[in-house]
Order: sequence, then structure tokens, then C-alpha cells
Amino acid sequence: MSPTPTPALVVENLRKTYSNGVEALKGISLTVQPGDFFALLGPNGAGKSTLIGILSSLVNASSGDAQVFGVSVNKQRGKAMQLIGLVPQEINFNQFEKPFDICVNEAGFYGIPRKLAIERAEKYLKELRLWDKAHHQARMLSGGMKRRLMIARAMMNEPKLLILDEPTAGVDIEIRRSMWQFVSGINAAGTTVILTTHYLEEAEQLCRNIAIIDRGTIVENTSMKSLLATLDVETFVLDIKQVPTDLPAIPGITLRRLDEHTLEAEMSRSHDLNSLFAALSAQGMTVTSMRNKSNRLEELFVRLVENGRTNKAEMEKTA
Amino acid sequence: MNSAANLVALNTIVRREIVRIMRIWTQTLIPPAITMTLYFVIFGKLVGSRIGTMHGFTYMQYIVPGLVMMSIITNSYGNISSSFFGAKFSRAVEEMLVSPMPSWVMLLGYVVGAVARGLIVGCLVLLIALFFTDLHVAHPFITFLSVLLGATVFSLAGFVNAVFAKKFDDIALVPTFVLTPLTYLGGVFYSVDLLSEPWRSISLINPILYMVNAFRFGVLGVSDVNVGVAITVMLAFVVGLSAVALHLLKRGVGLRS
Repeated sequence: MSPTPTPALVVENLRKTYSNGVEALKGISLTVQPGDFFALLGPNGAGKSTLIGILSSLVNASSGDAQVFGVSVNKQRGKAMQLIGLVPQEINFNQFEKPFDICVNEAGFYGIPRKLAIERAEKYLKELRLWDKAHHQARMLSGGMKRRLMIARAMMNEPKLLILDEPTAGVDIEIRRSMWQFVSGINAAGTTVILTTHYLEEAEQLCRNIAIIDRGTIVENTSMKSLLATLDVETFVLDIKQVPTDLPAIPGITLRRLDEHTLEAEMSRSHDLNSLFAALSAQGMTVTSMRNKSNRLEELFVRLVENGRTNKAEMEKTA
Repeated sequence: MNSAANLVALNTIVRREIVRIMRIWTQTLIPPAITMTLYFVIFGKLVGSRIGTMHGFTYMQYIVPGLVMMSIITNSYGNISSSFFGAKFSRAVEEMLVSPMPSWVMLLGYVVGAVARGLIVGCLVLLIALFFTDLHVAHPFITFLSVLLGATVFSLAGFVNAVFAKKFDDIALVPTFVLTPLTYLGGVFYSVDLLSEPWRSISLINPILYMVNAFRFGVLGVSDVNVGVAITVMLAFVVGLSAVALHLLKRGVGLRS
């Protein structure tokens, strides 16, 4: 029997109360397995950045601990930090320095010899398509380039755990996709990735496991597959030659006309599609293509957060 | 991190600081050179020629060590306070805070960078002084030690200032209201022996007096205070301020939430 691998991250009863009295984390616990691509989702102010701050030692926990590959962040900070790469939400490099220097210096802070640091800087700046800007001042880079630079910088110590805090915020779709491709590649090569994002489509496509955090507590922690399976309603987008203004009434299916060529059909997952096609054909509508509307996670997210808040309010009322 | 890795990290910060000093040389090196040239011309040549000798030296010779030390301490202080606060302000300091680098390496790196600027500016000012007067270093070791300790004390003080600073105004307050008055009253332009009591005794609580006089002893061989006491005072400040700076870094005051 092979031994159980050490989890990439174990968070145990982590609490954080800021000096102004705000309780950002209320005793959260979670485990991330090695090699996982893990989504950490939650509305603004939920506690995601506080959790990431504690993992990267920028925030001191009030109580509890986190272990990165079995190394305590509280007790062996230096050793734990060797294992982590952080891509923060806000731009946090000296904008007057050059991307090449930013990367080489970052490696230096981890004790990586200069020769190796230069090799890695070239490698990651090239992989993130920043090499032609490597010797320009960082302030001259576009927003997307700055975000890619922070990914390259986080890779300089070749971390076993890469934490990305909203890395694609405000980035156009082309750059976003190239960033997904890069991060998927390093995950496939064995790096565990924790991602927070407001683009739920991104989390749905990339992540295998998910935790949803709201007001300092974890309201859901499961696999992406099983979470999506709990969604009993599915929405399809159909491209149609000509959508009439009067739509047919089909039992169990809600139709919405988006424009003269697009129709949206919402139905239970157990409902068959034959009746939909039959009804559309009967109306003389020709379906040219069809796809899933990829907002499944968004619906679940909203539902889970709302349920969590309602349950809490009820518990408080009862108490 | 092991000692080899710590050395790499230290070297990285020092290199980055020196690159920064050289990149903005018009802000870091030229202004003190111009200011000190004006001091030499006005106080040394024009006013000094009417003052006569002091401790057996011309007034110009007498004020050169004080002005060199003044340049060293103000530039060491200014370098670390603006560089570290700048890193805090732009959040670039997080690059170091999330790394495994120990706090003492970070502190030492910034201090070495600030001392380096102090030394570069000190050498520049000394070179300019040689255009106005002849100088022979009486005690090279004391000269070097006093420069090193003086620059270190004010680098550490500048670091503590930057840790507590919340806005750029905060790093200008201490130099304006504390550092400049103490420097001018620290025997740069005069011997405290010229003062009557209680002003002479009050002057002895000014740490800059010891730095200026230790350096003056190193260069000219004369001092208003005992050099052993002066070196001890500087060492005590280095130890005390290092302890404070390390404590602040370890607790993350102004840096970690």
C-alpha cells in the first residue's frame, strides 16, 4: 500500500480578528491535496484575501494554524515560504524597476544564486510572453502584462504551491486564456494551484475542487464535479434561423427569446431534449447549433451564499 | 534559509539599493555635493577667513570633518527612510515579506545600502574639500570606525522612521525637526568648548556631537569629547536601534496586519 501523500495545504481552525474588531475568519478548516487545482471563491469581503495573507505570512492569524506540505506557517515560516509562490491581487512591485530585475531580485530573496535566477527569469518571462519587455521599466507595461509579470515573479522559486489571488482581474479574454494555459501547464507538471477569482467560468473550467467562503466561514467544500451535479436545472442556448415573437409553451421547459436568432431554454436535468426539439420543429424553427450556458457555477455560488446567510440569520433568531 | 542563501538574499538587497542610488544619482549624489560646496565657499572661505584658528587649525580645516560627517549621516538616513518607505508605499516590500528571508537579513541589506550611500557622498564631499584646503588623516582607523558607526546609527534610525511612517510627510518630519537641529548644534561649525554653561553640558546629550568629534579626532587629531566615550555612545546606539528595528520587523509593525 502506498503511503498517503502529505496534503499541499491543511488549514486548521484559522481565525483572524483585525484590530478594528472585524472578524475576517471565524475558525475555518480545509485541506488541499497535492497536485490539485483548487478554487477558493467568495463574495468581496468574504475572507479570501485574509486567508491568503495568512498563508503567505502577510497577515498574522489570531489563532489556528496552516501547514504547507506539512510545514507550519506559524512555527517554521521560512521553510513554509520556500514552498509557496504568491500572485497577489494588487500590483506590488517597484514600477521603476525592469521585469528582468524584478524576477532576478525575487529569486535572490529566496537565496537562489544569481546565475540560476537569471536563467529562470529568462525562462518564465519568455513563457509568459514578456521577454521583449524584460528590460523596459515595469510602469510601461499594460495591465495584463503586469499581471503576467507577477506570475513570472511567483515562479522564480519554483513553488510547490502556487496561490493566485484574482490573477485575471481586468485582463482581456485573450491574455486571460494564455494565463489559464500557463497555469494549467504548471499544474499538470505537479504544482498545486489555489485560485481565487470572480470569473466563475474560469474556476469551473480550471479547478477540480472548490471551497466557497462567505463572511469568514466555509459554506461549501467539495469537488467541482459533485457541486455542479447538485444543480438540477440546466440552461441551453440555441441558435435558430428565425425566432418567432410568440414562443410555444412546452411543459417543464422555460423558453426565453434573447434576440431574433437566439433562444434560451431552461429545464430540469432529468428532462429529455426530444420534446424541446419536437416543439421547436412544430413551430417551424430550425436549430443550427446549441451549447450549454456556462453560468452553472454562478447559479450555485449565489444560491450557496444566500442559503448560508439565511441559515445563519435563522439560527441567530432562534438563539 | 542556510547561510549561503542568506548571503545571496543580502547581496540582492545591497545590489538593488546601490543600483537605485546610481539610477537616481541626480537626487542622491549631486545635491549633497552642491550643498557642501556652498558651505565650504561661504563658511570656510568667506566667513572662515575672518574667524581665525580653532584648536590650532584654520576654520576651513576645522569644519571639513563636521561637514563630511553631516553629509554621511543625513544621506544614510535619507536613503533608508525613502527607499524602505517607498517599498512600503508601493507594496513592493511584500516581495521580501513573503520570502523565506529572515528579518535580520532584510534589515542588514537596507543598512548596508544606506551606509554605502553615506560613504559615497562622504568621499565626494571630502574630494571637494581638498579643493579648498589640505587634509591629512591623523588616525585612519578611528576615521573609518566613526564613519561606519555614524552612518549605521542613522541608517537604523531612518529604518525605524520608515517603519512607523504612514505617508511621505512622516519621513520628512524627523530630518526637518530633529536631525537638522541636532546636526547644526552638534559641533559641526564650532567647538562646544566655546559655549558657556549650561549650553556646553546640554550639548553633551546630543549624539551627533560624539559622531562629529570622533570623526574630527580621526582626521585632525582633536576632539571636544573623549574618543573612547564617543565610540561607546555610537556602539550603544547601534545595538539599541538594531534591537528596536528587529523587534519591529519581527512583529511586522506597519508591515503585516
